[in-house]
Amino acid sequence: MLLIRCPYCGERSEIEFANGGEAHIARPADPMSQTDEEWAQYLYMRDNPKGLIAERWRHAHGCNRFFNALRDTRTDRFVMTYEMGRPRPEIDAATLAEAAR
Amino acid sequence: MSDTMQVSRNGFTLVPAADRRRFVLQARPGTLDAAVRALGLAETPAMLAAATGGAVTALRLGPQEFLLLLDPAGAEDSLSALRAGLEGVAHSLVEVSDRQVGLDLSGALVEPALASLTSIDVAGPAFPVGMATRTLLGKADGVLWRTGPDRFRLEIWRSFAPYMSGLLNEAARDAVF
Repeated sequence: MLLIRCPYCGERSEIEFANGGEAHIARPADPMSQTDEEWAQYLYMRDNPKGLIAERWRHAHGCNRFFNALRDTRTDRFVMTYEMGRPRPEIDAATLAEAAR
Repeated sequence: MSDTMQVSRNGFTLVPAADRRRFVLQARPGTLDAAVRALGLAETPAMLAAATGGAVTALRLGPQEFLLLLDPAGAEDSLSALRAGLEGVAHSLVEVSDRQVGLDLSGALVEPALASLTSIDVAGPAFPVGMATRTLLGKADGVLWRTGPDRFRLEIWRSFAPYMSGLLNEAARDAVF
């Protein structure tokens, strides 16, 4: 059973959660000023890293809150979860290596 | 149909809970504190905790969410007090009385029966009396609230009731062994 730490409820099983796509994507403040390419970039273009990715998750069968998580896409390890609105945390090399293991 | 669900076996009893009016209150934490004062509760329940006072029980299911269970006898008084206390403040108060049914589970086999349906740890140290949370039970969403060492209240959507009571019946039968 893969456990995900909800910042509000603590460790819960993966089946209680829903993925919400990549985190930290800001909607342009003035969409009308965007070119088609810039708007397409915002709408469709997402990172697909082999390694650490910041994602939005929702505790859909719990407190129903969105939060952000850092996950390693190779191992599915959750390095950490943090509340919405906080900047992406820096992760040290040792933690990165542990997540990739 | 679902309102008459009952299971009674050795060490496990499931009966429909006493009638309650139910409301979902969603608001910022400060507003929840104001709601608690308006309802006359002693203090704002912490995350995943319950607070009861008079005709009102508030279950803190999320940082910004209460499930309110009101005794029908005193419900109107509590509601008007709540509406007065939250006048002019942004909040969402939705009645879900008929969406859900409450089931009272009791007996020595309640813990193992629930444990076979949900991924969370329902044993005493991890799930103390007074704790309440929404979780998955089998394939259905439900609110689990521990009301005593061997007693749980289950709040589930009405149409899930036959499924849930059937599953619990089977789980209780298996839990004997």
